[in-house]
Amino acid sequence: MRSLRIFATSLLTAITVTSPAAGAAEPSASDIVKRSLDTYYYAGSDMRSKVQMKLINPQGKVREREMTMLRINLGAAGDQRYYIYFHGPADVKGTSFLVWKYPAKEDDRWIFVPALRLVKRIAADDKRSSFVGSDFTYEDVSGRDVDDESHALVRKESLGGRPAYVIESKPKAADYSRRVSWIDAERWLPLKEEYFDARNEPLRTFTAEKVEQAGKYWTVTARTMKNQQSGHRTEVVFREVEYDVGLKQDIFTERYLRDAPSQWVR
Amino acid sequence: MIAALNDVARAAAATAAASLVLASPLAAGAAGVAWDGFVQSHLARRSHQVDCPPGTACEFPAAELRGQLKAEGKISSGSAGFLGRFDLVRDAAVGDTRLVTREFFGDLTSEKAAARLGRQVVTWGVGDLLFVNDTFPRDWVALFTGQPMQYLKLGSDALKLNLFPGAANLELVIADFRSDNVPTSQRFIFADPLPAGLPRHAAEPGGLEISGRISGYLENWELAGYASRTHHRSPAWRVMSAEIIGTYPRLNTVGASVTGPLGKGVVSLEAGYFDSRQDRDGRDASIENSQFRGLIGYSRQVWEDATVGFQLYGEWMRDYAAYRQSVPAGFPAKDHVRKVATVRFTQLFAHQTVTLSFFAFLGLSEEDRYLIPSLRYSFSDNLWTEVGANLFGGGRNGMFGSMRDNSNVYLTVRYSF
Repeated sequence: MRSLRIFATSLLTAITVTSPAAGAAEPSASDIVKRSLDTYYYAGSDMRSKVQMKLINPQGKVREREMTMLRINLGAAGDQRYYIYFHGPADVKGTSFLVWKYPAKEDDRWIFVPALRLVKRIAADDKRSSFVGSDFTYEDVSGRDVDDESHALVRKESLGGRPAYVIESKPKAADYSRRVSWIDAERWLPLKEEYFDARNEPLRTFTAEKVEQAGKYWTVTARTMKNQQSGHRTEVVFREVEYDVGLKQDIFTERYLRDAPSQWVR
Repeated sequence: MIAALNDVARAAAATAAASLVLASPLAAGAAGVAWDGFVQSHLARRSHQVDCPPGTACEFPAAELRGQLKAEGKISSGSAGFLGRFDLVRDAAVGDTRLVTREFFGDLTSEKAAARLGRQVVTWGVGDLLFVNDTFPRDWVALFTGQPMQYLKLGSDALKLNLFPGAANLELVIADFRSDNVPTSQRFIFADPLPAGLPRHAAEPGGLEISGRISGYLENWELAGYASRTHHRSPAWRVMSAEIIGTYPRLNTVGASVTGPLGKGVVSLEAGYFDSRQDRDGRDASIENSQFRGLIGYSRQVWEDATVGFQLYGEWMRDYAAYRQSVPAGFPAKDHVRKVATVRFTQLFAHQTVTLSFFAFLGLSEEDRYLIPSLRYSFSDNLWTEVGANLFGGGRNGMFGSMRDNSNVYLTVRYSF
């Protein structure tokens, strides 16, 4: 019903060429971003995927990370737990990460170092730190809160054949000054994001390279983040994406950090 | 030689045990064995000239080429598996070539319990390079010569049982005794109060050791309790007529730890009581007295990819008056409370391909120090190199100061496959 209404609205917008922000039936910019965050980071009650990450420097030299990622949603407050196991490269094989994410406060994070059989709690103050040396930050991997930024709907346009809301977001405190997002007006996934620095120069660009349906949920299965200033980029491919597989909360504890749950980590 | 034979015998026993555990389930549903490993060269050079006694690796306390092969496998259901990690080492510093079984164990796992049998590394506690309730064997030689951190711990030949009844996890480790690898005159120079020229012989205790841990969460705080029935892991030496005999006196420990978020960082607390069973009145100077040990630590991120950590650590000796009376003339007496502070700073650069690290032990009571600066660069996923140093200084009666003629700079290159 809602998508019908949106379809009607966008049709009307296309015909009248008025600002969509003025259209009475348009959702607000905050609602669009909220819905996008929910779709992108919270799909299903849990999720399992193999993740392949390529870190490519400006000279074209490639480093690779092969992971299994497990996620569970806990309750309405938006708490989540992530479990990430590294299959490769050889030097980090068997390393695993555990993140207990809270929207309103800092995450709890742990790392397991297999050669020492050591579980170490790591201080996680900055969600904008790079995730394993990639161009994605922890926040890019596990999500931000809608209220971390103020949002404005700029226009509606088609991107790569998809109807999209163009949203400008300004963070309350971050390493970027503004972010322009193209959000799919039907599937609610981010198609593209451009981050700008304080001098309004392009900083990073996110691109959803491939969007597929996994079970009931539309999923960005190939994505790239490029640092526009250094030329470094990170390509990520999600394979074997499954939702609502029945992960239990105890998977996300020290026991399984030390010994990967073989039912899910293969 | 005998030690080497013992190692071989132990490895063989572990192999046999692991094979027994795994043979039937693996045959039933083998999911394949994954092999990987690395080759590594490691060189540590004494940072200043000292006169070494004959027989001590003087200029290069460490000079080795090492190859590691790791094999691991699991049956498709995941309920049984194994892991083996074997190092072949050409140790040019002491002119030795050896095959080392770092780890070799079999696993059986179910929903509510797990068992691991064979040589395995066990690490407990919340300290950073400081240990209270983790009484498992360590390799101090590896630490002092700048080996990669994975070599800090030695494997125990053990049966480890885990129970997961619900709110808490229980872990029980039943292990054969294994001593720490402590610095000797092979590679290190230090004042030795024992008479020179007498043959030394250390006898390892028989029987099994047992250690247990119970751990759980209270919200996002982690609590753990520990107990162990073990032995001191460095020998207590005693002159017996024409030779010096080393024994590993009995030790019982009990303690607890807690760690959780505080402000923008992580706080860790750990305490333990060391009951030195063979010297309960503290009158035997060759055996460590009973002690309370405790540490408090805090670490937090200071800016992107940079972390700092601080720790305060103390050892309170019991029966100090008895100890003072028992120390023979000419031997340095330890402090009643040994206090150590540590500082760690780590910064990553260039998409985490460069790691700058600094760790310092600062002996507050013994007025000595041990600084470990290092810089690592990863050329690729397979190849990294690290340069660093182990810098000892301060009063020679302190634990770190006694090593001050052994300061070294090191270079490690590793290729993983």
